[in-house]
Amino acid sequence: MSLNPARVAREFPSRYRLEAAKCAGCGHVAFPARLVCPACRGTKHTAVTLDPAGKVLTFTVIHVPPAEFKGQAPYVLAVVELADGVRVTCQVADVDPAAVKTGMPVSLEFRRIQEDGEAGVIAYGHKAVPA
Amino acid sequence: MREVAIVGIGLSRWGEVWDASLRSLWTEAALAALADAGVDTVDSITVGCMSPGLFVGQEHLGALLADELGMPGVPATRVESACASGGVALKAAFAEVASGMADIVLASGVEKMTDVSGDECTAALATAADAELEVFHGASFPGLYAMMARAHMERYGTTREQLAMVAVKNHKHGSMNPRAQYRQEITIKDVLRSAKVADPLNVLDCSPITDGAAAVILAELSVARKLAKGRPVVKITGIGHATDAIALHSRPDMTSIPATTKAAQRAFAMAGKGPQDVHFVELHDCFTIAEIVVLESLGLCAPGEGGKQAESGRTALGGALPVNVSGGLKSKGHPVGATGIAQMVELATQLRGQAEKRQVAKARVGLAQNMGGTGASTVVTVVEVAS
Repeated sequence: MSLNPARVAREFPSRYRLEAAKCAGCGHVAFPARLVCPACRGTKHTAVTLDPAGKVLTFTVIHVPPAEFKGQAPYVLAVVELADGVRVTCQVADVDPAAVKTGMPVSLEFRRIQEDGEAGVIAYGHKAVPA
Repeated sequence: MREVAIVGIGLSRWGEVWDASLRSLWTEAALAALADAGVDTVDSITVGCMSPGLFVGQEHLGALLADELGMPGVPATRVESACASGGVALKAAFAEVASGMADIVLASGVEKMTDVSGDECTAALATAADAELEVFHGASFPGLYAMMARAHMERYGTTREQLAMVAVKNHKHGSMNPRAQYRQEITIKDVLRSAKVADPLNVLDCSPITDGAAAVILAELSVARKLAKGRPVVKITGIGHATDAIALHSRPDMTSIPATTKAAQRAFAMAGKGPQDVHFVELHDCFTIAEIVVLESLGLCAPGEGGKQAESGRTALGGALPVNVSGGLKSKGHPVGATGIAQMVELATQLRGQAEKRQVAKARVGLAQNMGGTGASTVVTVVEVAS
């Protein structure tokens, strides 16, 4: 998937700042922000910033990666649940893959995720690290 | 609604078919289905195909393929729902016949996957996952199903060996299917020793990359009876379709597939049947864990009991509920857009009593489950012999 600059930039609020949308009607927190609340279909939201602390719900060790991630394999990919119930899929970094366990406390950090060759866009986002 | 029957079935060659293009594969299957039905034209055509743009640089398949079949002018549409594209093409065709909009419809599916490199194929398939929330971070489909597998193993005690037994069973079934891509039998040890892809899944837990097409001809029941020529008439009595959030992490329970449960409930309600009435099943075993989770989500076993189904022999040919006697996606192959239609070909073959070595005894009610992504689109179909 090419890293089109506009496409990368559109995701800045969630990937750079962990911005989510809290539904004014039911309080559900949607991450990334969306126009319609997935819990109640409400359309009024306030922006909130997520607490980066969470825990690993499930994970895998990717041995055969997509082309963009060839240099990183093997790497841990996990579903992480944050304090307010928001879930994200991201890598778990700075850890021996064999040491990752379900339930492990982690914290999301701002990291480089992908780059489009030597001259292209570098895309940043979050990876989880052991808390 | 009018009653709808399957009057013709056809498959192309399946496998790494380097000498056939998307259009020639599709035409092979369509011609076989037309010949099987004994008809030379149809009122409408639906084509399930996930990603011809990425796999072969071709969109606009409806018109392309109608012309290829010598039927320019016939309304023809491609429909897409990732690996459920075939199931959705079936549903679209069913709706045309059931509503009276058409009397005879060609429902088909095709995918030509080996004209691109492995990396390009992985990238094309990954478009069925959430591009911004999953794929951006390094997710692959084996990786997403691996996370479901780990969640299931930790919650229910499902074992690594139980996953392997699904592949062993489906390869044994596939060894009896002359149309299957991989017809060799494998052992639990083979699966456990095969290359790691995404822990805990190995390469022999994964369905292969396949070129192939499948086609069925649907007709209104009275038309179908005229075309039967002494063969049992095979009716589609229930069809259900449901969706869910694409991102696996959005589902409260990552050990089940709610869209499969909803689609099954809709199909069973339409058919006036329940899980206890089903004699055999073709389901979407894109990975070994998928067969386990889908059996539970269809209500064919209790939550957490999926791992025991292959282990106990219940889901093997000769067991109480044979599952994927065609070999399933694992052994028969998985040309993604064709799979949902190929399941119909197997159900009809079984219900006509033409499945030879892999024939399910006394098969009168079959069920198919076809899904896309990690289950965000599912189509469930109930098929029966008409009395």
